[in-house]
Amino acid sequence: MMNKENLIEYIYSIADNSLILGQQLSELCGHGPNLETDIACTNMALDLLGQTRSYYQYVAQLVGANKTEDDIAYLRTERQYKNVLLVEQPSTHFGYVIGRQFLFDVFHLLLLEKLQFSKDETLAAIAKKGIKEVSYHKRFSSDWIKRLGDGTKVSHDKIQEAINHLWPYTEELFDVMPADKEAIECQIGVDAATLKESYVAAVSEIITEATLTLPETKWYQRGGKKGIHTEHMGYLLSDLQYMQRTYPNMKW
Amino acid sequence: MSEKEIKNLDEIFEQRIARDEKIEPKDWMPEKYRKTHIRQISQHAHSEIVGMLPEGNWITRAPSLRRKVALLAKVQDEAGHGLYLYSACETLGVSREELYDQLHSGKAKYSSIFNYPTITWADIGAIGWLVDGAAIINQVPLCSTSYGPYARAMIRVCKEESFHQRQGFEIMMTLAQGTPEQKEMAQDALNRWWWPSLMMLGPTDAESVHTAQSMKWKLKRKTNDELRQQFIDQTVPQAELIGLTIPDPELKWNEERKSYDFGPIDWDEFWQVVKGHGPCNKIRMEARVGAWEEGEWVRDAAMSYAEKQQNKKTKQAV
Amino acid sequence: MEKNWPLWEVFVRSKNGLEHRHFGSLHAADEAMALENARDVYTRRSEGVSIWVVESKHITASNPKDNGELFEPAQDKIYRHPTFYDLPDEVKHM
Repeated sequence: MMNKENLIEYIYSIADNSLILGQQLSELCGHGPNLETDIACTNMALDLLGQTRSYYQYVAQLVGANKTEDDIAYLRTERQYKNVLLVEQPSTHFGYVIGRQFLFDVFHLLLLEKLQFSKDETLAAIAKKGIKEVSYHKRFSSDWIKRLGDGTKVSHDKIQEAINHLWPYTEELFDVMPADKEAIECQIGVDAATLKESYVAAVSEIITEATLTLPETKWYQRGGKKGIHTEHMGYLLSDLQYMQRTYPNMKW
Repeated sequence: MSEKEIKNLDEIFEQRIARDEKIEPKDWMPEKYRKTHIRQISQHAHSEIVGMLPEGNWITRAPSLRRKVALLAKVQDEAGHGLYLYSACETLGVSREELYDQLHSGKAKYSSIFNYPTITWADIGAIGWLVDGAAIINQVPLCSTSYGPYARAMIRVCKEESFHQRQGFEIMMTLAQGTPEQKEMAQDALNRWWWPSLMMLGPTDAESVHTAQSMKWKLKRKTNDELRQQFIDQTVPQAELIGLTIPDPELKWNEERKSYDFGPIDWDEFWQVVKGHGPCNKIRMEARVGAWEEGEWVRDAAMSYAEKQQNKKTKQAV
Repeated sequence: MEKNWPLWEVFVRSKNGLEHRHFGSLHAADEAMALENARDVYTRRSEGVSIWVVESKHITASNPKDNGELFEPAQDKIYRHPTFYDLPDEVKHM
C-alpha cells in the first residue's frame, strides 16, 4: 500500500496538467482561426477537463471529509498545483497553442500507455479511457505542426518561434519527484524518466517532417512539479478560482 | 427569360410552397426568395457565433467543474450551429467568407441581445433560460420552413439546443434556492435580461416589415407578438416556481384571454442597440474581427500545406 | 493560391448495418482535416461509427430542370410495384 499523501501528490502531478491545459484551451473557445478549428480545440478541452474530474473525484474520495472534485480543483494555493510549466505557458498565438499541445500530447500518450497497467485500478481505468482521447489529440496537434511548419513562410517562422520558446520546458516532464518514487516502487505510478527516449524520438520525427528544428538548449526550465510556477499561473488561477474564492461554501 | 415566363415560374413556385413542398438548392427560385433567405439564415448564423462571446466570457470562471464542462459544450454547440447555418446559406451561392465580410463590416445584423454584457455568473443562467428559451420559440417552427437546407439545419440545431435551456434554468434554480447572495444574483440577472429577451422576439407586428412575406415562405409561422406572448406565458410560471420575480409591475394574468398582460416595452432602447449603441456592440465586433484576422496566417498555412501535399502526390503518380 | 478552405460534404454511418447518410457540410484545407473536422463537428453526440468526406466540387448533381425527363417516365411503370398484381386473398406470404 502506498502512503496516501504521496498517492495524492502523485495524482496531482498528472491531473493538474489536464486541468491547466483544459482551462487554457477553454479560454480560446469562440476565438479560433475558424469555426471548425474552434470546435476541435474545444473538444480537446472537454476531454482534458473530463479526465481532470475523474482524477479529482478519486482524490476527493481519498481525502474523505466530504471533499469534492471542486474543492480539489479550486481551493488550493498556487504552490499546491503540481502541473508542469509547459502547460501553463500562455496562448501567445495559435502557434503556441499547437506547439504546447503537441509537446504535451506526445508525453501524455506515452504516460497513459504505461499508466493503464497501474496497480491502482482507478488510475488504470482513467488512463485506459484517456488513451483514446489523447491519441486523437496527438494526431490533431501533429497534423497542425506539419501544416504550420510546412505551410507558408510566415507560419513556419511562427511555429518555429513557439517551439523555440516551449522546448526548454519539456525536460521537466521527465523529472521524478519524491512522491513519484514511491508510486513507481508500488507499481502504481510511471517512471517518467524512462519515457524520455521515446518522447524525443516521436517529437523529432514530426518536427523534422514539418521542416522545423528543435532548438539547441543548454538550460531547461523546471519548477511546476514542485509547485513553483511562472508568473502566468497566478492570473490563470485568479480566473479559475474567482467564484469559489469570492463566494465560499456555496453550491452552484 | 421574358417577364411573362418569370411571372409564370413565380406562380408555380408559390404554389409549390403553399402545397408544403420543400425548395432545394438547385431549384429555380425568385431572386427575392434567395436574397431573403441569405439575409435571414446568415443573420441567424451570425447570432450564433456572436452569441458565443457573452457566454464564453464565463467559461474560465465557471464556479464548478460540472458547470464549466456544460458551459463549454454549450458554447461549442453554438459554433456548430453557426457552422450548420452558414453551410445552409452557402447552398444559396454565397460563400462563408462573404458572409463574414458582411458581419465584420457591420452590414449584416445579428441578434441584439448579445450586445448586453454578462457581468455575473447568474447571467449565464439567465441567458440559457430566457435567451435560449426565446430562441427555441423562434426556431422550432423553422424546422418546417420551406427551404430544405435551412429546415434540415434547424432540425439539428433544435435537437442539440434542448439541453441549453435546461442548463440555464438549472443554474438559475440552484442560485434561487441558494444563499441570500446567490438569490440576489439570480434576481438581478433576471431583472437585466427580462426586457431584452422580450425584445429579442422582434419588433411589434405593426412595425415589422418582413412578416407578411416571411409567413408566406414559412420563414415565420407566427407573428412576433404571438411569439412574445407565448414566451411570457410559458416563462412566468417557471419564475414563480423558483421564487423569482419578473421585473414588470404591470404583469397580470388575464383570465379572459388566458394569457398574461404585460407592461410596455422600451422600443427606443431596442432600436438604439440595433443601431450599434448597445453596451457591447463594439467589443463583440472587435472580438469577431480580431479572431478572424489573427487566424488568417493559420488558414493560409493550411491551404499552402494542402497544395504542397497535393503536388507531391501528383508527382509521385507521374 | 486559393485562400479559402474548400467546402466538403460529410456522410456519416450512424451504426453498422445502416448506409452513410448526408449529414451536412464543412470547410477544410485537405482531406485529413476534413475527416477530423467532420468527426469534431458532426459526431459530438456519438452520432456515427464511420465517416465519408468528399469535396463538394466533385459531386455531379442532376438539374431540377431535367426532372421531367429523368423522373417522370418512371411514374407510369406501375408494374414494377407489387401492388400492381392481383392475387386471390387466400394466397398468403407473397
